[in-house]
Amino acid sequence: MTKSELIQHIAEQNPHLYHRDVERIVTTIFDEITNALAEGNRVELRGFGAFSVKHRDARVGRNPRTGESVEVDSKHIPFFKTGKQLRERLNGGVDSE
Amino acid sequence: MGATITRADLSEAVYQEVGLSRNESAELVESVLNEISETLIKGDAVKISSFGSFAVREKGERIGRNPKTGEEVPILPRRVLVFRASHVLKNKINNSL
Repeated sequence: MTKSELIQHIAEQNPHLYHRDVERIVTTIFDEITNALAEGNRVELRGFGAFSVKHRDARVGRNPRTGESVEVDSKHIPFFKTGKQLRERLNGGVDSE
Repeated sequence: MGATITRADLSEAVYQEVGLSRNESAELVESVLNEISETLIKGDAVKISSFGSFAVREKGERIGRNPKTGEEVPILPRRVLVFRASHVLKNKINNSL
């Protein structure tokens, strides 16, 4: 499912809303999560999962093709941890962790 | 920085952005999360452009160990959710943090 299909499905479930409003709603949700992470905040959606930002230290990596050493700068990476309820639902109601 | 964003904040953002009631804004946030969850439970991937993609991965059975007792226990086959952040999201986070 793509973002436009997601918008389409939500629009079908809410025939009283304009399609462009559904588009704005879906876009707002992902923008809000993005902005929160960009500010170093965490986004916790109970039952679904939590988005957070992890820090990776600078390191010396290697170009796998040439074997040459390259410096990799420290960076922040977005991380998602699946919520308990969604993890259970993916496995037919049984918690796998 | 260091704050936790929840459903309530996402609903508030939707409320501010679109002329819907607070109640309906909250319901729409829930519908979006539900639609994503249902798609993943069916085993289909969800791709949100400029945000990232969610996919379900099938894990085979393997032998694990209870770290406390050292006892070997089988870890049953299960489905796990993996999130891959898009480059747009990674760049936004790294440009601001």
